[in-house]
Amino acid sequence: MSEARTVLTGQDAVVIIGAGQAGFQAAASLRDEGFAGRITLIGDEPYLPYQRPPLSKTYLAGSLDEEGLTLRPASFFERNSIELLMGDTAVAIDRDKQEVKLASGRLVGYAHLILATGTRPRPLVAEGADLAGVHILRTKDDADALRPCLGDGSRVAVIGGGFIGMEFAAVAADAGHEVVVIEGLARIMARSVSPELSEYVTAAHRGRGTRMLLGSGVQRLTGDAGRVTGVVLADGETAAADVVLVGIGVLPNAELARDAGLEVANGIAVDGSLLTADPRISAIGDCANYPSAHDSGRPTRLESVQNAVDHARHVAARLTGGSYAAYQKVPWFWTHQLGLNVQIAGIGSADDDCVLRKDPAGEKFSIYRFQSQRLVCVESVNQPGAHMLARRMLAGEVRPSPAQVADPGSDLKALLTPAV
Amino acid sequence: MSKISYIQPDGNVLAVDAAPGTSVMHVALVNDVLGIVAECGGNTMCATCHVYVDAGDLVQLPEMEGDEDAMLDCTASPREPNSRLSCQIKVPAESAGITVRVPERQV
Ligand SMILES: Cc1cc2nc3c(=O)[nH]c(=O)nc-3n(C[C@H](O)[C@H](O)[C@H](O)COP(=O)(O)OP(=O)(O)OC[C@H]3O[C@@H](n4cnc5c(N)ncnc54)[C@H](O)[C@@H]3O)c2cc1C
Ligand code: FES
Repeated sequence: MSEARTVLTGQDAVVIIGAGQAGFQAAASLRDEGFAGRITLIGDEPYLPYQRPPLSKTYLAGSLDEEGLTLRPASFFERNSIELLMGDTAVAIDRDKQEVKLASGRLVGYAHLILATGTRPRPLVAEGADLAGVHILRTKDDADALRPCLGDGSRVAVIGGGFIGMEFAAVAADAGHEVVVIEGLARIMARSVSPELSEYVTAAHRGRGTRMLLGSGVQRLTGDAGRVTGVVLADGETAAADVVLVGIGVLPNAELARDAGLEVANGIAVDGSLLTADPRISAIGDCANYPSAHDSGRPTRLESVQNAVDHARHVAARLTGGSYAAYQKVPWFWTHQLGLNVQIAGIGSADDDCVLRKDPAGEKFSIYRFQSQRLVCVESVNQPGAHMLARRMLAGEVRPSPAQVADPGSDLKALLTPAV
Repeated sequence: MSKISYIQPDGNVLAVDAAPGTSVMHVALVNDVLGIVAECGGNTMCATCHVYVDAGDLVQLPEMEGDEDAMLDCTASPREPNSRLSCQIKVPAESAGITVRVPERQV
């Protein structure tokens, strides 16, 4: 084992496991930062790195094609000398030898290893979960399997009212299907958004004719000749369904790290600079659990494009510049459902105080969430200007008070740019 | 087919064919044009697909929407009167071509 280097040189090799949003960005940003050494990007999916958000939106609906999903063409990886090993799986990390073993038998040595393994859907544990017609949605293959189901006027049941389930419900309803959403908790998207926003989006789905069954557990799935026919709810009622989407959250892909003796707790544990306890191994994106400056330093694992991209840039800057500064970026996220553009900046918690600020013109508003009078999160509906302002406010120390937000006459933007 | 010309900060020009209706950002990515980052994938969320549209070509484009306008306040290189987000520019149908300048920085 060689000594861990603070700044990598052109002789060093970086290996990245996982060729998703974070892994791709890490490779690209290392080159942007001038890293001249070898970069190997290992991905078990057989495709060029692609983006996932359209899988439950435009790609699913058919308005975006495969080319539009792909992050960069093959020529990008050639031009940047990024060695792409697609369709191969990393199966073990030997930390003493600084070597990754692949399913193909190949061994790849590293000076620094970046884990960007993402997450996988949490499986539904219920009788009938393996029937034909029961789907999940994480990969392009998943979306390709679902797409044909949206053509034929079938009845759709969505188990789990998270972002992906609700986006799928929206696309299915737009395609003219009869849709039912079954959520165990009392409200949808409960883990991330305020009760007010849950309620608003629920009403929008109900307005589109979707049945919203909240606080409703699933007993089992019924089938006929191996195909799903319905979902039996905890109260015994059966919701008939030809297509079922299970969207009940994800599990971080952390087994590789755990087997290599690294700490795993709701993802791969890293410090503020996104480094594991091994100074030669970082973890980024959906699989990384890091202390977030935007959540009082609490261990945080976020699932968003912004998080994946900014983590990747941070690690690339550390490896080429040697600074162990803490990762500080403001988290942001978006979801599109039924024509609503929902944008979220910051991290809210269940006990936040919420203040609504509405644009008198039309269906545009933002919900400002406060912890002990301090602004921590802003949820905007069809109000991109407010969202962008929120991102800037949350990045700094000048934040409006609940009273300022509640006053429709106050100019929040002026707070940021005081008159000179 | 229309042509889109991308001028790099160093003056290098790449002209590529573009089907009407596709976005100037999409055409850039497919053709591996330097300097168009497009981190949010065309959702008016990131402003890393910023371009300066040739003044003469600006007039043939539809007015920008409010969200593009809001996002343009957050570009890494300065916003100019001809600044646009390339993900929001659709290649016009009966256009001979568009010329855009790629900014110095996107991040
Ligand atoms: C349907 C859907 C819609 C979404 N919508 C939005 C949205 O609107 N906005 C937003 O901000 N975010 C959205 N997200 C979340 C966003 O896509 C993720 O946060 C992002 O993809 C995380 O990037 P990542 O690289 O960490 O993980 P991933 O993109 O999951 O990439 C990890 C890759 O590593 C591979 N891998 C894992 N283990 C191994 C191994 N041992 N060897 C080789 N390869 C391995 C995986 O197969 C995968 O390809 C959505 C996600 C989904 C699934
Ligand atoms: S690609 Fe993000 S704003 Fe255009």
